Amino acid sequence: MLTLLFDGIAYGMLLFVLSLGLAVTMGLMNFINLAHGAFAMAGGYVLVLLMQRAGWPFLACLPAAFAVTAVLGALLERTLYRRMYGKPHLDQVLFSIGLTFMAVAGVDYAMGSQQVNIQTPEWLRGRFEFGSEAWTLGMGHYRIFIVVVCVALALGLQAVLSGTRFGSRLRAAVDDPRVAAGLGIPVDRVFLLTFAFGSGLAGLGGALGVDILGLDPSFPFKFMVYFLIVCAVGGTSSITGPLLAALVLGIADVFGKYYVPKLGGFIVYVLMIAILLWRPQGLFSRGGSK
Amino acid sequence: MSAQDVSATLLAPTRWRAWEFALWAVLWAMPFAVPQHAALINEIAILALFAVSLDIVLGYAGIVSLGHAAFFGAGAYGAALFAKHVMPDPLVGLAVGTALGAVLGALTSPMIVRGTDLTRLMVTMGVALVLLELANKFDDITGGADGLQGVVTGPLLGMFEFDLAARTASFYSLAVLFVVFVLLRRVVHSPFGMSLQALRDNRLRLASLGMSVNARLAVAYTLGAALAGAAGALLSQTTGFASLDVLEFHRSADVMLALVIGGAGWLWGGLAGAIAFKVMHDVLSAFTPQYWTFWIGLFLVVLVLVGRERLLRPWTWFGRGARR
Repeated sequence: MLTLLFDGIAYGMLLFVLSLGLAVTMGLMNFINLAHGAFAMAGGYVLVLLMQRAGWPFLACLPAAFAVTAVLGALLERTLYRRMYGKPHLDQVLFSIGLTFMAVAGVDYAMGSQQVNIQTPEWLRGRFEFGSEAWTLGMGHYRIFIVVVCVALALGLQAVLSGTRFGSRLRAAVDDPRVAAGLGIPVDRVFLLTFAFGSGLAGLGGALGVDILGLDPSFPFKFMVYFLIVCAVGGTSSITGPLLAALVLGIADVFGKYYVPKLGGFIVYVLMIAILLWRPQGLFSRGGSK
Repeated sequence: MSAQDVSATLLAPTRWRAWEFALWAVLWAMPFAVPQHAALINEIAILALFAVSLDIVLGYAGIVSLGHAAFFGAGAYGAALFAKHVMPDPLVGLAVGTALGAVLGALTSPMIVRGTDLTRLMVTMGVALVLLELANKFDDITGGADGLQGVVTGPLLGMFEFDLAARTASFYSLAVLFVVFVLLRRVVHSPFGMSLQALRDNRLRLASLGMSVNARLAVAYTLGAALAGAAGALLSQTTGFASLDVLEFHRSADVMLALVIGGAGWLWGGLAGAIAFKVMHDVLSAFTPQYWTFWIGLFLVVLVLVGRERLLRPWTWFGRGARR
């Protein structure tokens, strides 16, 4: 019971890191980016390649996965995404589905279609056990590691967003890009940085998730729905909204799959539809002018 | 300008053009001309019907839907189960599939009139996913991952047996597509169709003119859903098979892709797109069977970057139009 709860929290934190970049992209530029999962996949494959082919240690691979996907995100933002901002949502959806198709087929070609696995280091295997019987709490070391990393990231991001000049510029740009631009905030550059950072986070999440979510070329499509649920339910105007939404989603998913495995994702989808009908702007949005 | 001239000008776009008659003649001649490709023609006609149904929702009413496969799947399973357990007559089965799509569309239409594009996207996709999960769970009814087998469709009109070469199937699907096309042509040029297009372009203004925006959206959505159900019914009847594949996400994505290639917002778009998509699919997968989605993806990206509306206007590719 408690073990499930803990696993759910770890899963939710992972989803949060994976989806945060998407939430910011949607909030900032009102851009529906279905290709977000492709960045996560890229991060996962960077980790796998570095660990298996180059023999890097696990901890060194995580920042590398972040860096590579961030650079990739920046490049794509400059060359392709930038042209899509003003376009209708249908165009954005088509464009990002196209990108995802390309990423999936490309990775399939380069890496093969089978699921890849990694060897997590010795100190991340095994688990702690506390309590007894119904209240046993078993915490896998790897999941503890994920929770620690993700909490640190969330706290760090919150500090950056609320405490620094860049953070206040970003928040201003999210609230109203036109007025922010009028006040001399370089919205373009803020967005480039944010996009790169969000892609990097997705890459990091993908790398962390290889062991839990699994990794194969169909990853972007398999998890696209989850990212979108986090953003749609959590709203895109703050960092706490997606965080709570991701936690709820993670816990609901783990519990659902444990207690009623046949229903699978059913509970999650019904829950999402119900929430969206009740609050079309997301659970935690303020007002909702867009 | 006299009243007669005015009505003539207004009615001009509704009239059938010579090229439309010619194209339909060509389409009808196809199963005669290349009977060895009857199965492909059948598939194209079904995809075209599906794309036209999405056109009503997306191109005319402006609802971005990523879950149109929900209705396709409902129609497919509905018709297959009806043929298996109640009666094998194809036309009655088609009506059942259509009705099922319509009911599902009517039930879910209150969900799509609220919220932003993102919300609609999520809700439509969510409905399709919920149906997929349900079809997977109730595998004693639907056959689950193995698919529903043993669907036998009776002879069409009691005379024409469905054969392996799919000749009957191709005529059947073409006929349904033709009837739907003729009916929809009336609908989209009717005041109702006009109001849909106006609503797509400016919802606020339509509301201030005193039209019930939500009711019209709901009707359009239900109509689209019913036709998607018909397309699904055609598929399961002509292949004698229904599987979870009819509800998968890639169905919704493929049909949107087909519609976009042909151009959303006019009825021929669905037909042209279905033909182009299937031919492209066939050529690409003959050339690179495993990785054809890469080229489809590339095509999509380039298409959107260049501008969807310019694909059908080659004269704007070069010269002054291109630099705009």
